[in-house]
Amino acid sequence: MEAITFEGTAKTPTIKFDASNGVFEIKGRSIPENSIEFYKPLVDWLDEYAKGPLDLTQVNVQLEYFNTSSSKCILDVFKKLENIHKGKSEVIINWYYEEDDEDMLEAGEDYESIIRVPFKMIEIVE
Amino acid sequence: MSFDINDYYSKLNSGDVLLAYKGSITSDLISNVLEVVEAKLDDLSEQAKIRKKVYNVLVESLQNLFHHNDELPDKLHDSFDPKFGVLVVTRVENNVYRISTGNFINSNKIKFLKDKIDKINSLSEEELKDMYKFILNHQKLSAKGGGGLGLVDIARKTGNKLEYSFDNYNNEYYFFNLEVIVS
Repeated sequence: MEAITFEGTAKTPTIKFDASNGVFEIKGRSIPENSIEFYKPLVDWLDEYAKGPLDLTQVNVQLEYFNTSSSKCILDVFKKLENIHKGKSEVIINWYYEEDDEDMLEAGEDYESIIRVPFKMIEIVE
Repeated sequence: MSFDINDYYSKLNSGDVLLAYKGSITSDLISNVLEVVEAKLDDLSEQAKIRKKVYNVLVESLQNLFHHNDELPDKLHDSFDPKFGVLVVTRVENNVYRISTGNFINSNKIKFLKDKIDKINSLSEEELKDMYKFILNHQKLSAKGGGGLGLVDIARKTGNKLEYSFDNYNNEYYFFNLEVIVS
């Protein structure tokens, strides 16, 4: 299965979901006016991946900003990951936040309380 | 006396204004505003935390304008650009900013919006968090991509009450003004 990759823009994050090593990355800013368009291909890709996931999938989320429109789409992505985790494969979500960015840490904790996948909160110290 | 946009705008546009805009709220305009304000915030040596909060609130405020703007009927259109909105970002003092937005709203939507803001203003930090998580988890995005979370997010990130007014423009339309303090 081919990896799905998007170059980041001022309003959308860099994406690299690689099925060959099970490392998925979301990095940068996610503030498009309509996030459904952006996230739909990712959600579809995850449906495919879920048919034969690796034993371990590691998801690195390193967002500087995301808007509330994206927050629902990110939840959709996490729900797909939760389904994979419910099966025989393991999923870990590494949630990165910049030093002192309590809002971003809290956003990660919100997801952690909704999604039954282990989260690791990782502070980026400059 | 009916509401005068120019009056309103010039009152807002005073003090230490980082950016003031009135006109069409388009996707490109949002990109430009964000770029300009981000650069200005970088120049002022504010705490990173405040910079991020201002940026976040600005994103949500602009996208609320983008998604929830009511168009005026054609005969009044001449004096306003389509998707007309007002945005003013003011530096009140060190590490304190005010973000003001304004847009037209059909009078039949006032009650819904007013109830929503009053509800948000009545909640504690913990209750706001629960409300945010509930909407996040239970409500679908609209076709336009709005999620009904913008105002909740703004209140949560700023920890301040949302100040607002509805000024009568004509029978059917009001001008909705929202002021948010980021501190």
